[in-house]
Amino acid sequence: MIGLTRKQTVILGLVIFTILLGYFGRDLSKTLDARWLTKFPSAWVIPFKTYISSAMAWLIEDAAVGPVSFTDVTRTIAWVIEQPYNLVLSLLADGFARGQGNDAQVLLPAISWIVVTTAVVALGQYCRDWGLAILVGACFLYLAIFGQWDSAMVTLASVLIAVPIGAGGGLMLGILAYRHPVFERIISPILDLMQTIPIFAYLVPILFMFGFGPISALVATIIYATPPMVRITTLSLKAVDPEILDFGRMAGSTKRQLMWRILVPSARHSLMVGVNQVIMLTLNMVIIASMIGAGGLGFDVLAALRRLDIGAGFEAGIAIVVLAIAVDRLSQAFAERMGQVHKPAAGPWVHRHRRTTLVLILLVLTWVLGQFSPLLLEYPESQTITTGAFWDDTVEYLNVNYFDTFEAIKVFFLNWFMIPIKKVLLGIPWLWAIAMLTLLGWHAGGWRLALLCCGMASLILLSGLWAKAMVTVYLCGASVILATLIGVPMGVLAALNKRAGTVINLLIDTLQTLPSFVYLIPVVMLFRVGDFTALIAIVLYALAPAVRYAAHGVRSVSEDLIEAGLVSGCTPGQLLRHIRLPMALPEILLGINQTIMLALSMLVITALVGTRDLGQEVYIALTKADTGRGLVAGLSIAFIAIIADRLINAGARQARIRFGLES
Amino acid sequence: MTPKPKLSCRNVWKLYGANAASLLQRSANPTEQDIRSAGVIGAVRNANIEIAEGEIFVIMGLSGSGKSTLVRCLSRLIEPTGGEVLFDGIDLLRASDAELIEIRRHKMGMVFQHFALLPHLTVLQNVMFPLTIQAVPKPDAESKAREVVELVGLEGREDNYPRELSGGQQQRVGIARSLVTEPDIWFLDEPFSALDPLIRREMQDEFLRLQERLHKTIVFITHDFEEAVRLADRIAIMKDGEVIQIATPEQLVMNPATDYVAEFTHHIPRSKVLTVGGVMSGELRGEGDPIPLNAKVSDVAEQIIAADAPLPVSDGAGQVVGSIDRKAVARVLFGKGDRA
Repeated sequence: MIGLTRKQTVILGLVIFTILLGYFGRDLSKTLDARWLTKFPSAWVIPFKTYISSAMAWLIEDAAVGPVSFTDVTRTIAWVIEQPYNLVLSLLADGFARGQGNDAQVLLPAISWIVVTTAVVALGQYCRDWGLAILVGACFLYLAIFGQWDSAMVTLASVLIAVPIGAGGGLMLGILAYRHPVFERIISPILDLMQTIPIFAYLVPILFMFGFGPISALVATIIYATPPMVRITTLSLKAVDPEILDFGRMAGSTKRQLMWRILVPSARHSLMVGVNQVIMLTLNMVIIASMIGAGGLGFDVLAALRRLDIGAGFEAGIAIVVLAIAVDRLSQAFAERMGQVHKPAAGPWVHRHRRTTLVLILLVLTWVLGQFSPLLLEYPESQTITTGAFWDDTVEYLNVNYFDTFEAIKVFFLNWFMIPIKKVLLGIPWLWAIAMLTLLGWHAGGWRLALLCCGMASLILLSGLWAKAMVTVYLCGASVILATLIGVPMGVLAALNKRAGTVINLLIDTLQTLPSFVYLIPVVMLFRVGDFTALIAIVLYALAPAVRYAAHGVRSVSEDLIEAGLVSGCTPGQLLRHIRLPMALPEILLGINQTIMLALSMLVITALVGTRDLGQEVYIALTKADTGRGLVAGLSIAFIAIIADRLINAGARQARIRFGLES
Repeated sequence: MTPKPKLSCRNVWKLYGANAASLLQRSANPTEQDIRSAGVIGAVRNANIEIAEGEIFVIMGLSGSGKSTLVRCLSRLIEPTGGEVLFDGIDLLRASDAELIEIRRHKMGMVFQHFALLPHLTVLQNVMFPLTIQAVPKPDAESKAREVVELVGLEGREDNYPRELSGGQQQRVGIARSLVTEPDIWFLDEPFSALDPLIRREMQDEFLRLQERLHKTIVFITHDFEEAVRLADRIAIMKDGEVIQIATPEQLVMNPATDYVAEFTHHIPRSKVLTVGGVMSGELRGEGDPIPLNAKVSDVAEQIIAADAPLPVSDGAGQVVGSIDRKAVARVLFGKGDRA
């Protein structure tokens, strides 16, 4: 027992010492005349970014294998993606035309809004029932009525191209990883990294290789949306009942038959979950992709954000959500339908495909009659509604009447919460910080983790981004602390009280489906640019996992334990404090881990409101098309994410071992 | 007694662990000590089995005894670490992938504990599956499949999906599917363990009925000694990866090789295992209709007890070979388990 308390004293002492050192670090280094203590000397920085930039330049300009240059490869990829994209885009948005510019002659207009809406209604009815049909129909009508139709169709076109490529490519890579463990070992860390590097970081090299435009945006979207599909494919193939695998081999299947006739069909449920993930991630990318040339709804939001036009931004943002909901529900219902039993109907083709026939007839009708009445082709602009003015007025009213209140809240948080954290983090001498991080790694997960922490932190230091990394940690840390303080109690409440649970779930669902940019607009309007605005936006974005995991953890505490507590005469409060919370701790830790990951991915987006962290560095690199700078800063964010992830996972594992939930 | 072995294995080992192969290379017959000190796990240890054509060979053992591993070594679903497996005189372990596929397509059938039906196919498609992947023309495959579906009593259910069927029905599909290729050897890996006791009983009867018609060579895995006794021509009992005893049910009950085997036999109603031939006396006496030699004691006990005098016992040819009286039956029914 004495050993344990001594250990605790040492840990506590170290923590207090570190905080004090950080708080007075700046002054200390001044008085000692040793600025290098807190500020890494620029002479020691290794210019990684210059190396990367020149490597990139070489790749684009000179790299070649024989007669095939690297640019030929990228051009071929672009061409392959471009063909189907142009076809779908013409069908949905632009129509087919001959000639250029003003004297273009329309051969065939785009598919009418009436036909598209009817088609999705029919699809909804086919996949599940009239309820779903009405929901997706309403979603598409919203797009038409609120004047978002054209942009929405451009976005839909890119979704329709990105999803099959992402899902199909992911499936292939996943199968490859399943078949060859070596390939899996190679691809697994790459997938880890791809999911932690902020998307912005690889926008720059893509921009370099494919140029500004929708194809670049598609490539970025596909790269962003594919990794989960690869993971899910490998996992769900491995999860196929080993007896089914044995059966396949005993039946004398060849390897190909085993994969395509037995494993893939048996795993198709989980595979559809993967496809659904690809769809959602594709829609997540919509706004970010518009930074490198995707048009559509994303571009509308981005433009509105730049103009600080809250009404327009909000409407386009909601349109993305509406589109996402429609596509998500449809794909889920489709997956469910595939799992059910359906007897094929008999009769001639037209009879068996009544819905398809209806849509085809409508299509031809609108094309023919559209020559005479444009209403059949395009939703009349005069009939659109906009709520822009309402939002603008609301914000203006709030600003005029409650300016002082908002200002007071902001100043309070800045002075008493954010600035102290920032000061401490920036003041800790880098040598001490790395040493502490290494010690923490060793304590939580042995020498391997210690080495990882030390190595990654040193790389950040050597690339000369230490101060910016600390600002990142500060912004992310402050947001995560707030999100945890708000989210975990909410989660516990949701688990304990059914009615509160319903409300909280609805709130969290809404927050999660809104594209992250949409949070920024009202917050900026109320609090103007700066760290506090970023903080609120990050907290809103990253709250969900803290709530979800806490609720799940508390709910899954075993009934026996609760009953044991009740029989021992625990009050509800004691039950929570002594049984529910401790047992839910590992789960809560995982939730915080997810919160950190989301916070880090939101950082780059908040760069738009003027933070001074690594996110800003990435954003600047993007605007300047500086590959090296963007990649180095992006990798630094990924390193911070990986360190946090490994440390917390090691901690959660230790907690589970202590409770005997894992050995 | 055994005409000719259809499937046999010699010195088959399956060791798990990093040093498994090198351990077997050092000594062909490592002791328990060797295995433990090498840090490997012996899932199957030095198994020697001969399965005769047309017999029901049951491998019985508790969970973890290595019975499933052994049957997978026999079908080479698991690659044994050492030994040889002879199927119709061919060493399976030397067969190439292509040869193995051919053998499995035409000569082997297997039934699984949890049925292993493909969820996306109907009953008929499931049963047809082994033929489909051999590229048998569809009409042929379908008529063949309908035949076996009928054989297992599932006609009318052809267009249902597996999840619409009860457990017993699902296993009937599994059985039909394993028979559709008319295999020479039929592996059944705990086929009835996942079923309710009543259904299990019914399926065992069904299984015996099928075997009466088909005369397959059968390797049947179970952890249920009662099931083993009920179905088997011969039983191999496994413990910790080793085959401890191979014998007919009657021999097992009369002469258990170890205490472990005896432990199982204690709980079995001996009258249901022992035959009249095993407990009769050699004296040629008695009057009345002779009792067949291979009748189970439980089936004829009432008749013997009701008779005042000993009854004669006859062999398959009708020749009287001995006699049996009340005392012998009483010893079987109420005896202590020593030699009757």
